[in-house]
Amino acid sequence: MSGFLQNTFNGLVGGAFYALLALGLAVIFGMLRVVNFAHGALYMLGAFGAYVLLAEAGVPFWAALVIMPLALGLLGMVLERAVIHRLTRLDPLYNFLLTFGLTLILQDLVKSRYGIQSSPYATPTELSGSVDFGLFDFPTYRVFILGFTVLLCVGVWWVLGRTRVGMVVRAATERPELTRAFGIDVGKWVTPVFGFGIALAGLAGVLAAPMRAVNPLMGADLIIVVFAVVVIGGLGSIFGSVAAGFGIGLIQAWGEAYLSDFPIVSQTVVFVVMAAVLLWRPAGLFGREEAPA
Amino acid sequence: MLRIDNLSAWYGEAQVLREVSLDVAAGEVVTLVGRNGAGKSTLLRCVMGLHPGQRGTVTLDGADLTRLPAYKRARLGLGWVPDDRGAYATLTVTENLTLPPRVGPDPWPLERVYEAFPALYSRRDSAATMLSGGEQQMLALARVLRMGARLLLCDEPTEGLSPLLVQQVGDLLREAKQHGVTVLLVEQNLHFATGVADRHYLLAEGRIAEAMDNSEVRSRERELLAYLGI
Repeated sequence: MSGFLQNTFNGLVGGAFYALLALGLAVIFGMLRVVNFAHGALYMLGAFGAYVLLAEAGVPFWAALVIMPLALGLLGMVLERAVIHRLTRLDPLYNFLLTFGLTLILQDLVKSRYGIQSSPYATPTELSGSVDFGLFDFPTYRVFILGFTVLLCVGVWWVLGRTRVGMVVRAATERPELTRAFGIDVGKWVTPVFGFGIALAGLAGVLAAPMRAVNPLMGADLIIVVFAVVVIGGLGSIFGSVAAGFGIGLIQAWGEAYLSDFPIVSQTVVFVVMAAVLLWRPAGLFGREEAPA
Repeated sequence: MLRIDNLSAWYGEAQVLREVSLDVAAGEVVTLVGRNGAGKSTLLRCVMGLHPGQRGTVTLDGADLTRLPAYKRARLGLGWVPDDRGAYATLTVTENLTLPPRVGPDPWPLERVYEAFPALYSRRDSAATMLSGGEQQMLALARVLRMGARLLLCDEPTEGLSPLLVQQVGDLLREAKQHGVTVLLVEQNLHFATGVADRHYLLAEGRIAEAMDNSEVRSRERELLAYLGI
């Protein structure tokens, strides 16, 4: 029983990263119709940025948790204005290729400076140790990640669901052209929303630094699963991306724990789930069929 | 109030509007009738600024709209009632109503909207796409009245509605007209059109084929219905 609970907890923590990354991808896709392949590389930059800040300037984890999302959010807004927005009128494939190219550039820039070996990042002392849950102990840092991510997702959900800004973003995400016809300057919201999505990726990166190996390819490994998460949740669906993120985290953790004798199965279970969901609901669990423009 | 001069529009290579010129005076209700594919909806989309491939000019009270994006046209008082009713699935009924900014001198307060549309009030917290087709049409009209739009661009507001609801839409447009609102209406239902409108333009193959008043439409109803294929 305690083993099961521990696996479940681990699954939720892994899912928290998927949820943060998928949430960013979902708001970006919803508003811009851009599939941001560079999301994983920007997550990696978040982790690497935290590492460099600590190793070279002594900036602690808590400061990095604020600095890196802001810095990457800003970088995202610059990227959107400088390049991505020039391609949005073309076939979506162009931006997919552009962000794929960006991924390779960012990865290789980091690789050429820091090599491909993983760099260690110490868990902040306030969050070291473990929490006793009665049936099992669990590392404090992981409890923190889970609580922090859940709070953040609830916060984003509240802003989107309960504020005027959120209403405009929802409307612009669902029907951009119609929303313009109702007097709303949708273009004004595109850059901040893109920046916000990237900031979430940066935040996930900083959170990952003490827990995962910090190396130039850490985002590349993750992004494929995150794409599966986004597709399962329903492209552009905010709630779907978060729910599917945690769900896939759980499935992966259970798969690794109980199907470890069949590594092929446990490694591919996410994609099997994706295929099954798509056969059953082509727009994803919480997605809608594209509305006419 | 609204003036369209030599408006042409294309979908890719295909020309759908050919040098259309027409005008609508303040407080008038004018309909565009024509067969499917005659370019009626495209004409409305051009006025709203939603159609990229166009040439010619559109002016509102003498101000040239031609280069303005759709959102700025809306803020000048254009109210968009799209043919699919434009209900947002991710917004509640109230949010659908309050999404557009107030743009005119006489926007309806939300309370007045709900007084006029009790069915919308009772579903105010539901997703707008959960409403029936008729309720969604009422929502689309209520939304532009709440904006205080001065010129309504209505794309077939009676399509698919029961006779009772068609009558309600008519009452609503007549009431708006009484308050000085101008309406450009795409309509296939000639009986309805003559009931609410002052004048009519027959659009054929992207051109204005005829301008008619109500008595002319009534006297030629049989011929026009046959032409429209209804």
